[in-house]
Amino acid sequence: MGRAWVLGDGVSTDAVMPGRFNLTTDPKTLAHACLCEARPDFAAGVQPGDVIIAGRNFGCGSSREHAPVSIRETGVVAVVAASFARIFARNAVNIGLPVIRCPAAAAAIVDGDSVEVDLRTGTVISGGRRFDGEAPSQLAVRIADAGGLVELIHDSGWAALEESRA
Amino acid sequence: MGTLVEEIIGNRLGRSVSAGDTVVAPVDCAFAHDVTAPLAIEAFERMEMPLHDPQRVVLVFDHVMPAATVAAAELHQRIRRFAADHQVRNLFAEGICHIIMVERGYARPGGIVVGADSHSTTYGGLGCFSTGMGSTDVGVILATGRTWFRVPQTLRVEVTGELRAPLTAKDVALHVLGSIGGDGADYMAVEWGGETVARMTLDQRLTLANMAADMGGKTGLCEVDETTLEGTTPIDGVPIPQPRSPRYADTLHVDVTHLQPQIAMPPAADNVHDIADVAGTPIDEVYIGSCTNGRLEDMEVIARYLSGHTVHPNTRTVVVPASRRIYTEALRRGWIETIVEAGALVMNPGCGPCLGRQHGVVAAGERVVSTSNRNYPGRMGSPHAEIYLTSPAVAAATAVAGCITDPRSAR
Ligand code: SF4
Repeated sequence: MGRAWVLGDGVSTDAVMPGRFNLTTDPKTLAHACLCEARPDFAAGVQPGDVIIAGRNFGCGSSREHAPVSIRETGVVAVVAASFARIFARNAVNIGLPVIRCPAAAAAIVDGDSVEVDLRTGTVISGGRRFDGEAPSQLAVRIADAGGLVELIHDSGWAALEESRA
Repeated sequence: MGTLVEEIIGNRLGRSVSAGDTVVAPVDCAFAHDVTAPLAIEAFERMEMPLHDPQRVVLVFDHVMPAATVAAAELHQRIRRFAADHQVRNLFAEGICHIIMVERGYARPGGIVVGADSHSTTYGGLGCFSTGMGSTDVGVILATGRTWFRVPQTLRVEVTGELRAPLTAKDVALHVLGSIGGDGADYMAVEWGGETVARMTLDQRLTLANMAADMGGKTGLCEVDETTLEGTTPIDGVPIPQPRSPRYADTLHVDVTHLQPQIAMPPAADNVHDIADVAGTPIDEVYIGSCTNGRLEDMEVIARYLSGHTVHPNTRTVVVPASRRIYTEALRRGWIETIVEAGALVMNPGCGPCLGRQHGVVAAGERVVSTSNRNYPGRMGSPHAEIYLTSPAVAAATAVAGCITDPRSAR
């Protein structure tokens, strides 16, 4: 169970990790700057187990992987959004940050609500309400189970993904 | 049989593929730049494998070049060390990655290219399936030479009508972005076609393909024709791709006959208006450059508008040719002299102020006209600055007048 941090529509990777703060690959430094301008209370207040809830097209814009890395490093267990931008969703899965597409949860949950997510089924639970989000694709599950894309391809090669549905 | 993207991927795999298929495909060339390369290198190192093929790797210093801070210098140092250790010789510090990939022939018709940068869609303009990914994906490509794709559905944009100067591909791209929204082509290939695109130069088509990224597109493609083949060399043994009895998920018809100069207002690039809606708004900074509009044609447009004028004293104007080749050619033609004499600041080729790290970072309350592709809050500096996106003609006319100006009312 964690706290919901609710953001709006079109939160870009520029908002998650402004270009002036990502001249590093150090996850801790990135986590400190996460959402520093869009949601200045986030980095100091976030606790492991919390969940980001957002509107449409979360993670749009730049391909910078510093954005999902910074979120993962804060201890956020998943980002739930009405929809995700393509590159962000792919990056998040690759580095082990679960993303759940769930427009109903995105519309109903308010900032500070307590939230729980089931990463296998994509179900989001908050205040006794259940929202059926999209379950992760077969391919996303394989990557997550291996601990990330690097680990999956390192251990099993591309054959591991050849038959999976994205 | 298929759309342009299905044809390109199918040709390379030697079997037909359809939208929705998941495929593992070879990558002709992968690149990363000074901000995304360090994370890609870390992912590559965790693969514990040799570099698949140094010749298929390109590393570009463009986002903070030359380094503006110690942190940036350290990133550069790390990339150079990696390149030396792994015999990567395709190292460039002479312009924006997307321009280099085209100029140097790493992106070619019928090819498959992946870049650790979202605007890697750009080379679709010459009929190459190119897309942006994150650093981890690119790190894995460095080790294996391959990646996975879900073959995308295609949104065909059929453009008709005469595009009258000073309108350009940028106005068309902004107009389409405004109509379909920043996620209007999410996960899709945007296929640009129609008589208007057929008449466009390669530079203009690259601008269209570039901005497919801002519609959420996985790639932005133009058909390969004589114009393409004059400026590029196809890959040996790979067929020139063309759509064959394509099935499009959606088709958008755009008639540009009466199109007005377009402007994207804050807070996002899909907030697009006719210029008349905001003409006269005072502007503190004009930035002309970027992977969308820093090409030779764009330098010519700016020189034409600035010739015989000085930029408005309240409007600092920063011009960044997108590559060394563009810079030197514009010098040779006298355009840079014209631009400098008009009082604009000409910076070395690279991303310049586009992402708020150097060369014209903006303060709270300031308004900017930029020819780039992004205007998110904080993109160019303070999150309380306002960024307006336009064509180079609008930007240059604005630089002279000091306020947002319809170039048709300038000279
Ligand atoms: S010019 Fe701007 S949009 Fe283009 S690659 Fe550079 S930072 Fe990205």
